[in-house]
Amino acid sequence: MDKKIIYLDHAATTATRPEVVEAMRPYFTEYYGNPSSVYDLGAKNKQVITRMRETIGNALGTAPENIYFTAGGTEADNWALVAAAEAYRGKGDHIITSKIEHHAILHTCEYLQKERGFDVTYVDVDENGIIKLDELKKAIRPTTILISVMFANNEIGTIQPIKEIGQIAREHGVLFHTDAVQAFGQLPISVDDMNIDMLSASGHKLNGPKGIGFLYIRKGVKIRSFIHGGAQERKRRAGTENVPGIVGMAKAVEIAVATMEERRAKEEALRDHLIQRVLAEVPYTRLNGSARHRLPNNVNFSFQFIEGESLLIMLDMAGICASSGSACTSGSLDPSHVLLAIGLPHEIAHGSLRLTLGEENTMEEIDYVVDKIKEIVARLRAMSPLYEDFMKNRK
Amino acid sequence: MYSEKVMDHFQNPRNVGEIENASGVGTVGNAKCGDIMRIYFDIDEDQVIRDVKFKTFGCGAAVATSSMATELVKGKTIYEALEVTNKAVMEALDGLPPVKVHCSLLAEEAIHAALWDYAQKNHIQIEGLEKPKSDISEEEEEEDY
Repeated sequence: MDKKIIYLDHAATTATRPEVVEAMRPYFTEYYGNPSSVYDLGAKNKQVITRMRETIGNALGTAPENIYFTAGGTEADNWALVAAAEAYRGKGDHIITSKIEHHAILHTCEYLQKERGFDVTYVDVDENGIIKLDELKKAIRPTTILISVMFANNEIGTIQPIKEIGQIAREHGVLFHTDAVQAFGQLPISVDDMNIDMLSASGHKLNGPKGIGFLYIRKGVKIRSFIHGGAQERKRRAGTENVPGIVGMAKAVEIAVATMEERRAKEEALRDHLIQRVLAEVPYTRLNGSARHRLPNNVNFSFQFIEGESLLIMLDMAGICASSGSACTSGSLDPSHVLLAIGLPHEIAHGSLRLTLGEENTMEEIDYVVDKIKEIVARLRAMSPLYEDFMKNRK
Repeated sequence: MYSEKVMDHFQNPRNVGEIENASGVGTVGNAKCGDIMRIYFDIDEDQVIRDVKFKTFGCGAAVATSSMATELVKGKTIYEALEVTNKAVMEALDGLPPVKVHCSLLAEEAIHAALWDYAQKNHIQIEGLEKPKSDISEEEEEEDY
């Protein structure tokens, strides 16, 4: 077990599949032409991009022309929010989102509030991280122009009732955007059935390359470009297309869609085994997020009396890559906003551990990880003054 | 991100534990911010710190600074211990990342809190020692989330 790494941080990023790298390779070295050029070497790449757009459109049940490539999920989120706010300002200045969004959404909302004078409502979630639909409905005003709620949460894996949210938005004539960076490729998504007007996704979360993503924009949504320059992407997103990235992401999407059911079954089995063993064998532990409405690959625990960064360093020494919502890993004094939003006290949020699985993980790995967690948690508790006080008060 | 010395003290922390009927105990930090340090002193009649133990809830740097602080005061008089600053702890650890400097301040504060407790128990004044700023028992208010 010395040098072997057990990678349990697939929500952070994933390895690019060898098939994806193979598909991309010729677009670096052989077919490197600029798609906007007149000659074949370039112009053919325009057709390639169209084919890739079809693959991605098919995965969402929509026409290829509604897919706009970006440099990643964060750009897609920024674009959707800022451009929709600008385009629909004539109608109103109110935006609704949730308290557990990714920072790509939350910080963009803060920007719109502070610098552009928009009014933003951050709707609460319940103890499982599911948005309160009654609060969402109540938050809608005549001036509401946009609702943005993530498809599934990156920290606790909670899957939102997207279809219901889409329905509510539609009934009130409000645009609905969803950040599907964690869900796309893991869960079936139909933008039409779910009344989604805009959807952000990223390549590197589903075994595609980094630096590529897209925004789906429903036909008729009148948002303009965010990156200004040339006429690429039907004049909505300037910049020479990242052809290798587009080819790689499309390949990854094609594989993700084809293997979705099989991966889901496998990851859920690993996930549930991991959850059951840890909850049974490590006392004073809780599972964060919904047990039922949960991404197949997400596990998030809080271990009382210990702090997440210490846990991560010790796991790293045992060859295990994971992440935490503790303040020490967030670069501020506050622990994860998601864990606080589901009602965890600060000290319990500090002791959180996120493990996100991938198809290459095995049961043996999971068992090894559980054994290590038990050992490390016990060790950290033995040096924790909080645990000492707790044990003394129990007596 | 951490120096080798920090990693060594984190992986093999010195003086972890408690002292029964300690001469002085100091607890600083609060759970809300993610760091709590508790230091126990066994101080003899010559005011020499014969033994020292600690317990810490916190990140790698918090554990390492507590461990190093205990090493720096062990065998010292209470006045020598008072001279151990956060800078001394950091230097002994070959530095800390900027965001972790507060851990070394907490370690200094924990030493002062334990000395303060010792002074209180023995009804003495230790020259140069001020009442420690943060004790969790005082800071534990209801959370605002």
